Amino acid sequence: MSLQVSHLTKIYGSQRAVNDISFSIQKGEIVGFLGPNGAGKSTTMKIATSYLPPTSGSVLVNGLDVVRQPMEVKKIIGYLPEHNPLYLDMYVHEYLHFVCGLYKIDGARVKERVNEMIDLCGLTKEQNKRIESLSKGYRQRVGLAQALIHNPEVLILDEPTSGLDPNQILEIRKLIKQISQNKTVILSTHIMQEVQALCDRVIVINLGEIVADDRLENLLNKKGGLNTIVVEWEGEITSEELKSIAGISTVVQEGKIFRITSESGIDIRAELFRLSAAKGLSLLSLKQEGNTLEEIFKSLTTKEVVA
Amino acid sequence: MIRIFAKEFNGFLHSLIAYLVIGVFLTGMGLLTWVFPETSVLDYGFADLDTLFSMGPYVFIFLIPAITMKSFAEEKKMGTLELLFTKPLTDWDIVAGKFLAAFALVLVAILPTVIYYFSIVKLGNPVGNIDTASVIGSYIGLALLAAIFCAIGILASTLSNSQIVSFILAAFFCFLFYTGFDSLSSFAGENVLLIKQMGILYHYEALSKGLIDSRDVIYSISVTGFFLLTTRTVLGSRLW
Repeated sequence: MSLQVSHLTKIYGSQRAVNDISFSIQKGEIVGFLGPNGAGKSTTMKIATSYLPPTSGSVLVNGLDVVRQPMEVKKIIGYLPEHNPLYLDMYVHEYLHFVCGLYKIDGARVKERVNEMIDLCGLTKEQNKRIESLSKGYRQRVGLAQALIHNPEVLILDEPTSGLDPNQILEIRKLIKQISQNKTVILSTHIMQEVQALCDRVIVINLGEIVADDRLENLLNKKGGLNTIVVEWEGEITSEELKSIAGISTVVQEGKIFRITSESGIDIRAELFRLSAAKGLSLLSLKQEGNTLEEIFKSLTTKEVVA
Repeated sequence: MIRIFAKEFNGFLHSLIAYLVIGVFLTGMGLLTWVFPETSVLDYGFADLDTLFSMGPYVFIFLIPAITMKSFAEEKKMGTLELLFTKPLTDWDIVAGKFLAAFALVLVAILPTVIYYFSIVKLGNPVGNIDTASVIGSYIGLALLAAIFCAIGILASTLSNSQIVSFILAAFFCFLFYTGFDSLSSFAGENVLLIKQMGILYHYEALSKGLIDSRDVIYSISVTGFFLLTTRTVLGSRLW
């Protein structure tokens, strides 16, 4: 078990940032930590890296308690904090050497290790620059390089792609995918595609509580909320006529295209076909939209706010 | 600790702070000791370095907070402190590394003034007529005073994200500990000595007579230790 969180609660003043959450992550898993801003993702990560103490509950990293054995925990974790803080006045090499020193990497291996990281993280061209003069994408690579330099067993990345442009996001994702082999990776994000692109499993957290914890496929296939069908007809048909079909809840017309939602579990496609045949209309297209991650995210994280 | 020390010291060298501090200190002291007529050794005719040792602490009251104001305030602001706290370092490593780097820089600034001593040895009439013990005692006193100021500066730096606030706090507390207690003692009826002894000046003057009294040394080291311990406590308070 790489990471075991049990009954973790963190209270800031009167605010419950994390409320009694429990989950565990197996060795080698890539887990996406998903949730709106302020859901408690960063707080959980900060506790797991021994930066903040939990109010109650415990976190074990490879069986080591983050409160009782912080030094051992810090040695086996690679952490990229949110906003990727760096010493801007240092040079890339200098900074990576410094971090090597903090992990007490054997002096003879330091140079080799730094060069490996520079290669791996694609910093070869920028390696002799000051961190200050690097673009945000390259800074993120430096941040990843420092998190990886001691070959940690557990990698914790807090919003690794926030603030990057789409190309940089793709590059960083590729990099994360590449480095995550044989490592346990926990990354937080509020971008769904990221989870889809990188993670085996997703933990959705909202208002300090876990609202979903499942493999990505299961979450996608799970019938929940409403089905949406997009249909296009040639000829005239009105919303009222459509609503006569049992199970349809809403119809939104956009020109010739109708966006029809029905209760989950009811397949209305056959009914739609029959209706159009009866009216003598040609059906141009009929497309069922699956539950996308966005919709799941929305349904999981907005329900709680209302309650 | 050594890593933090090296990083901080390199940081001083990279960012011109070191050169400014050394340059300003030596220019100021050089002018006061040798050029300005009111304080110049050449004019008042006694073969000693009183000017250096009486003005030095006042220069330090401004210079040392300028060195230390960055140490934690900037790391907090940039978020890099989180980086250090999640590396396998103890809080002591961080505090001690930063303290020693600032202290080392001050020592480097003081070091060239040893030339003043040799100049006066040569200029004295007869040659070599200088109270060497007093000069050595004064140097030790000045170094211990610098250590206290550095510790105060480091503490002030943990109290705020703003370097300006840190600077002002540090300068104020350095001043308070240097002459403040001495001045306050004039209000105290019978406890004059006790209050005087709480300040740095009393011990600094005692050391500059050339008599290395263990009480003065222990005072300086414990005050430095106290401020460093407080610093560590402030940093550790994130875990409360």
